[in-house]
Amino acid sequence: MKASLGMRAGLLSVLIFAVIVGIWHVATLPTAASGPAVDPEYAKLVGAAAATGSKSAMPTPADIGATIWKHLADPFYVRGSNDKGIGIQLAYSLGRVLLGFGLAALFAIPLGFLIGMSPLVYRALDPFIQILKPVSPLAWMPLALYTIKDSAISSIFVIFICSVWPMLINTAFGVGSVRKEWLNVARTLEVGPFRTAFKVILPAAAPTIMTGMRISVGIAWLVIVAAEMLVGGTGIGYFVWNEWNNLSIANIVTAILLIGLVGLLLDQGLAYLARLVTYPE
Amino acid sequence: MFKDPFDPKTLLGRRPCSCGGNHAQRDHDRLSAAAVPAGEEDRWNRVVDAAVLRAVFPVDAQRRQFLKTVGAATAMAAISSVLPLGAAREAFAQGGAPEKKDLKVGFIPITCATPIIMAHPMGFYSKQGLNVEVVKTAGWAVIRDKSLAKEYDASHMLSPMPIAISLGVGSNPVPWTMPAIENINGQAITLANKHKDKRNPKDWKGFRFAVPFDYSMHNYLLRYYVAEHGLDPDKDISIRSVPPPEMVANLRADNIDGYLGPDPFNQRAVFDGIGFIHLLTKELWDGHPCCAFTVSKEFATQNPNSYRALLKSIIDATAYAHKQENRKEIAKAIAPANYLNQPETVLEQILTGTYADGLGGVKKDPERIDFDPFPWNQFAIWIMTQMKRWGQLKADVDYAKVASEVYLATDTASMMKEMGLTPPDPSKKTIVVMGKPFDASKPDDYVNSFAIKRT
Repeated sequence: MKASLGMRAGLLSVLIFAVIVGIWHVATLPTAASGPAVDPEYAKLVGAAAATGSKSAMPTPADIGATIWKHLADPFYVRGSNDKGIGIQLAYSLGRVLLGFGLAALFAIPLGFLIGMSPLVYRALDPFIQILKPVSPLAWMPLALYTIKDSAISSIFVIFICSVWPMLINTAFGVGSVRKEWLNVARTLEVGPFRTAFKVILPAAAPTIMTGMRISVGIAWLVIVAAEMLVGGTGIGYFVWNEWNNLSIANIVTAILLIGLVGLLLDQGLAYLARLVTYPE
Repeated sequence: MFKDPFDPKTLLGRRPCSCGGNHAQRDHDRLSAAAVPAGEEDRWNRVVDAAVLRAVFPVDAQRRQFLKTVGAATAMAAISSVLPLGAAREAFAQGGAPEKKDLKVGFIPITCATPIIMAHPMGFYSKQGLNVEVVKTAGWAVIRDKSLAKEYDASHMLSPMPIAISLGVGSNPVPWTMPAIENINGQAITLANKHKDKRNPKDWKGFRFAVPFDYSMHNYLLRYYVAEHGLDPDKDISIRSVPPPEMVANLRADNIDGYLGPDPFNQRAVFDGIGFIHLLTKELWDGHPCCAFTVSKEFATQNPNSYRALLKSIIDATAYAHKQENRKEIAKAIAPANYLNQPETVLEQILTGTYADGLGGVKKDPERIDFDPFPWNQFAIWIMTQMKRWGQLKADVDYAKVASEVYLATDTASMMKEMGLTPPDPSKKTIVVMGKPFDASKPDDYVNSFAIKRT
């Protein structure tokens, strides 16, 4: 019965997709009734839509499909420093995210561990964390550019600063809420503090830490697009910005789909890691 | 500058005129312009020859006598046997080896940056032995910060920006220089299509306008224009700064009613049927500066040869872009995604000046955008009067001093001479904005003469 539930859910997904594309297709059908005829000399100088007296329209699903195919067929081209294939742009973004996220993990997990072990420090640092946590990446950017004076490091710093908080809080929380009985048992058996930390607390807090990492990587991936749109140069965010310059909606939709897909893969990867460390109570 | 030194009639000294006529040398040059060698290389050779001959015959009369006697060809052969003219020519053409060959130049994807951009695909940088990477940048604040952070060796800026940076308005004061203007004219006021009937600025109360940056000619020109029509730009309309590429999207989304922005985004709004061109800024001030090629003073002093080579490529490219017949070729070169990422026809309309106005008409104005590298100090002074007028610049300022420190007219003039181009006389520049003349020697009186101001 379970398999057929999955099957039915899949069928429903396909149906929803078909309905959305269908509505989109109908909504973007070119209108046959054109406006007042314009001078052919004028019509040559403007876009097809403007020549009939209207604004240029949303692309149809078929246009988008063609654009996606064009990008996927040749994802790694390099036509100059400002024009690289979408695969290369995604690789740049992923590299930045993994670097910023990795640094954040290296910083947040040990620190969270220490904070979690001391209720006093936990409560003392809490207000700072709570204030800095909700700050948008775009707000950090000018400050980073001004102080770090390097746009590549600035964008990594912004990812770092935005993805550090969920990991920090979750690690501290996970470490702080390890069952007292387990710690007591360890103490009774005269286990040293390091051994307690690695053999008792870490495995016990691991699922919570992994959840924090999963939230963080999602945030890092959200942040990178905004950061790259601002700083430019390379990356999928730059690609979106560059196509916005050209008002090319088809390319932007392609990028949106790919950003979503990569975000999904990152999330699923960490979810898989999280399953490895869960334990039944 | 392009006089043939092997012509006995040519004077190499500085006297009224070589032909002995009672007119200025400049007029004579204009009259005999046909004798100027056409190719750039020939022009340079001519400059080198003149320098060598001047060294051999310090007294001009002797040279003329000598040439009359033996003839130019013999003289050339005789001198070449003693002095390696060919090698001298070559050494001059190369200048000193650049200290830094791999350079990064930042640009904003607009047609104002045409010389900076086209110099890459069309080889003006490589001709000077430079390996330049032109980097597309998202906005003016970012290009300023990246330049201040030395990520870029040189950059495309709005012409008021180097003044603002040098004065420390809107950032820390860093000595910044502007050896060349990129373009003159080339901007426009674009309004949303729904305002087709509101062509009189008096009807614009409550309009929301966008300009590229607070320190831009666009901001000053728009303020000037509406103020001349009795609207206070701070109270009757709102002006916000929006990066040029986002202007069309905002106009389409009805976030703004119009903008005074750089091309291609005026023409792009027409191309996409979103807005129409209300007027070209040329109609406000014919020949106004807009964007600029800038470097930090530090880069220029630490890498004098790279700086010279870079400036040469820019002046060279600007001179090439100045010629109408090259414009279509340039439009094709800068249209790809690596540079402006725009439809070629849009760029062609801007650069050739035969364009659709968005109201159903085709207009022709070959001067819509022009390229002229000379950084007139008068431009800088006008810009500072407007900074003063609108309260951006509170302190008193020595207009002429700042202008000459930032707008390097002397550098550009000497470079143009070396390249065999004729620099204009730096003191002779008349500025007329909307019919009102500007006297650069009395900037404070000019500021005080306006009814609407913030001082």
